[in-house]
Amino acid sequence: MIAPIAKKPVPRRFHQASWDEPVIFELSQPGQRGVLIPEVENGIQETVGDVTSRLPAHMRRTSPPRLPEMSQLHVLRHYARLSQENLGVDLNIDVGQGTCTMKYSPKVNDQLARSAKMTELHPLQDGSTVQGMLEIMYRLEQMLKEISGMDRFTLQPGAGSAAIYTNVAMIRAYHESRAESRQRDEVITTIFSHPSNAACAKVAGYKIITLYPDADGYPDIAALKAAVSERTAALLITNPEDTGIFNPRIEEFVEIVHSVGGLCSYDQANANGILGITRARDAGFDLCHFNLHKTFSTPHGCGGPGAGASGVTDALAPFLPKPTVEFDGVKYYLDYDRPQSIGKIRPFYGVAQNILKAYAWIMSLGADGLRAVAETAVLNNNYLMQKVLQVRGVSAPYAPGKRRIEQVRYSWEQLANDTGVHSEEIGFRVVDFGTHYWTSHHPYVVPEPMTLEPTESYSKADLDEYVTILAHIAEEAYSDPEIIHNAPHNSTVHKIDPDSFDDPDKWAVTWRAYLRKTKKERG
Amino acid sequence: MTAKKPVYPYIPNSAPDVKEEMLRTVGAKSIDELYADIPANLRFKGKLNLPDPLLSESELVRHIEGLLAKNSSTRDYLSFLGAGCWQHHVPAVCDEINSRGEFLTAYAGEPYEDHGRFQALFEYQSMMGELLNMDVVNVPNYDGFQAGGTALRMACRLTGRQKVLVVSMIGSDLLSKLRDFLKPDIAMEMLPYQPDTGLVDLLALETRLSDEIAAVYFENPSYLGFIETQGDQIAALAHARGALCVVSVDPISLGVLNPPVDYGADIVCGDIQPLGIHMLYGGGHGGFIATRDDERFVMQFPSRLFGIAPTVVEGEYGFGDVAYERTSFALREEGKEWVGTAAALWGITAGVYLALMGPEGMVEIGERIMQRTRYAMMKVAAIPGFHLPFEGSHHFNEFVVNFDATGRKVADINRSLLKKGIFGGKDLSLEFPQLGQSALFCITEIHSQVDIDCLVSTLQEVLE
Repeated sequence: MIAPIAKKPVPRRFHQASWDEPVIFELSQPGQRGVLIPEVENGIQETVGDVTSRLPAHMRRTSPPRLPEMSQLHVLRHYARLSQENLGVDLNIDVGQGTCTMKYSPKVNDQLARSAKMTELHPLQDGSTVQGMLEIMYRLEQMLKEISGMDRFTLQPGAGSAAIYTNVAMIRAYHESRAESRQRDEVITTIFSHPSNAACAKVAGYKIITLYPDADGYPDIAALKAAVSERTAALLITNPEDTGIFNPRIEEFVEIVHSVGGLCSYDQANANGILGITRARDAGFDLCHFNLHKTFSTPHGCGGPGAGASGVTDALAPFLPKPTVEFDGVKYYLDYDRPQSIGKIRPFYGVAQNILKAYAWIMSLGADGLRAVAETAVLNNNYLMQKVLQVRGVSAPYAPGKRRIEQVRYSWEQLANDTGVHSEEIGFRVVDFGTHYWTSHHPYVVPEPMTLEPTESYSKADLDEYVTILAHIAEEAYSDPEIIHNAPHNSTVHKIDPDSFDDPDKWAVTWRAYLRKTKKERG
Repeated sequence: MTAKKPVYPYIPNSAPDVKEEMLRTVGAKSIDELYADIPANLRFKGKLNLPDPLLSESELVRHIEGLLAKNSSTRDYLSFLGAGCWQHHVPAVCDEINSRGEFLTAYAGEPYEDHGRFQALFEYQSMMGELLNMDVVNVPNYDGFQAGGTALRMACRLTGRQKVLVVSMIGSDLLSKLRDFLKPDIAMEMLPYQPDTGLVDLLALETRLSDEIAAVYFENPSYLGFIETQGDQIAALAHARGALCVVSVDPISLGVLNPPVDYGADIVCGDIQPLGIHMLYGGGHGGFIATRDDERFVMQFPSRLFGIAPTVVEGEYGFGDVAYERTSFALREEGKEWVGTAAALWGITAGVYLALMGPEGMVEIGERIMQRTRYAMMKVAAIPGFHLPFEGSHHFNEFVVNFDATGRKVADINRSLLKKGIFGGKDLSLEFPQLGQSALFCITEIHSQVDIDCLVSTLQEVLE
């Protein structure tokens, strides 16, 4: 008889890949090539000769760019190693990145989008050769209309903030069309709406008024009443907000803004918990947007490409970016004949491969499936909250005893006061257990914040494991805070000295700047 | 048959037993209780009217492939389309790396658990820095349009001026984007060009420059393919009046063309789609902005900038955000424009591309594209009735062909080409009415002599 292998410890032992990989320039071997380019045929060579030598001298590059010289395997291996030093949804229990809706991106959708019938489409091909792509765009628009209640969508924005900007540009065009743009120079948002609501409206020329929460954590309705006037262009608001709290007076908010002639735009970055439960249009919104890379599962790509979708009521539809996708009963086509359009937001029509993936995702779930997504995301969140609140030193400010929708912004204020360990440091320690953690956007209105969003993708066991990690770290904070102050210990790299990042004499955004500032020789 | 509620493969806790157990833990009788804050009148009644789902993967694949089968791609047709999206070869390793789940499914991770993306993007910035001969390059923003708009806004913030001069031979879509993006506070004036070359009219530039002008913007190669060879003079004129020189450049041309900073550019911008990224029906764009390492310039970037730093372990590289306090993540509306999800994966991909190409690869691809383009221009120009309006200029990978003397419309010729398996050049007749019936043809390293000869003979055929 042999003894069974012992039970695994909890939380799990983990060590991140740590290849100690040089910066790519240090891997250069003169004379190596990673890929070759087709030779010019004799017929061309004989006809045209050396074309570049005819360029005026000041337009010709005199020495080749100092890129690394590497064989193909060595390029592949370098980047494969770097990829191992990264944790995507595929590898970790990615509930720690609240507001970002980190869910499983089905592999089948990625595979479908790798078809040459997708990747090798030029956006200016004749319409008759892209009927499938146009149909997908058209169908996705119909779906998003049903999910939100809005009348039209554009899929052109490159991601969520671009969609927010698109909505602001349409709001501006709407007021211009009514000769009220001079008068309406203010946009109202809330502090628990994504910072891009404030930032995009500022770029579009608006003054920003930011509402803070009332004592219960809801956007302050008295503050809204005081803020609105004939100067109000729009309200840009998230609901549920980044606290996970749904504003039950949202209809009243919309009415207050409408009563002074302003428009209401709904940032639906947080829509994952309300699919099929409540719709933007039913609360009276004039515009909304979705992040297809959040709610509709297209992969986040280390920060894009994502995809944004902006929806509007008929009253705003004339201002949509050009072109729209239309169907005449026989064929799909791009419609540029939109005289009141705000024009182009990006080149061509949107992030087509993500439009395809979002369409496929909705098709794989249907109405019941989307509702299961929302309900499970909310169940997961309330389950996780129940467990997290049993961890020492953490709380969920606002709305005591109330349920949350799809995420919660927690506070480690108690733990920080008791132990001197800050939320950011907990994030560094979480890494040692093979997962990820995020505090919140700035400013930290909730002190020592942590934002968790356990979407529908995670199992009960996943959520339990994440809480075990948090509980373990909280205990360390009380018993041996140095472990946390010196974290991470099991990551790719160790504690980074951040001094250079804000010092113009020391910062280095490129290898060449680093070499110059450190007086290091090029390898 | 009774419909059993499915357990969704993407939703583990949709299994009834788990669901019940979790509800018990949270002390709720039903999921509905968790939505107590949503007023009854806002609750959606009934079921969304969506198509019936394709629950199994095999049905889904059949459906989507059926839709995709209605497309014909540039693999099925011989394509000469460019105009802002270019058909270059994408090395297999580029796809291999950007398909890896570790990169593909990560997001805005921190420098520890996502060290890989920080290093890969720092290396992207660094290799672009070599190509551009500049020390500061951003983590990609959305696309070249956004990069152009932001570069001009940066120039206005830097100079405290609110007017920019832009060459008139830019694409109408970019023009539309710039008009919208600059609209509230920045005026834009278009610069006249020399009709026979397309190049900037320097005399007109000089008269339009004033102490109110923040920047002069031009492109190399231009939207219409010719190379603006007066970059040094344009920059000098701009600088003499305290304006900045902003140049949008196709990065794949920089193995042979001088980087704009070397003829006086202050801010350089453009799109990285040519660097190892598929056309994706316009889904493959990413924008770059580059400047010198001057604090005044760096503090005007809206984008993330990843920097290198030491760690507590000797010989270990760490990475992090440089000058984060300028961003909208830190300061909301007080930050510089905004930052958010954009095109990081394409930045990583472009880095892979530049590492594969190396110095010699970038030189060769530039030389060979220019040779192929010149060959195509000579052959097309020899067709009776065809005319190249900017023939006197140097060209990189695109050129304009005018059909006026044939009496045929571009749309008509393109329809005929399509029937013969060719996507002809982009029709410019609406975009640049002054060019008459003209089309913009694109040639890259993938177009063989046979392809070009085929285009020429087919053009001759359709004219007959």
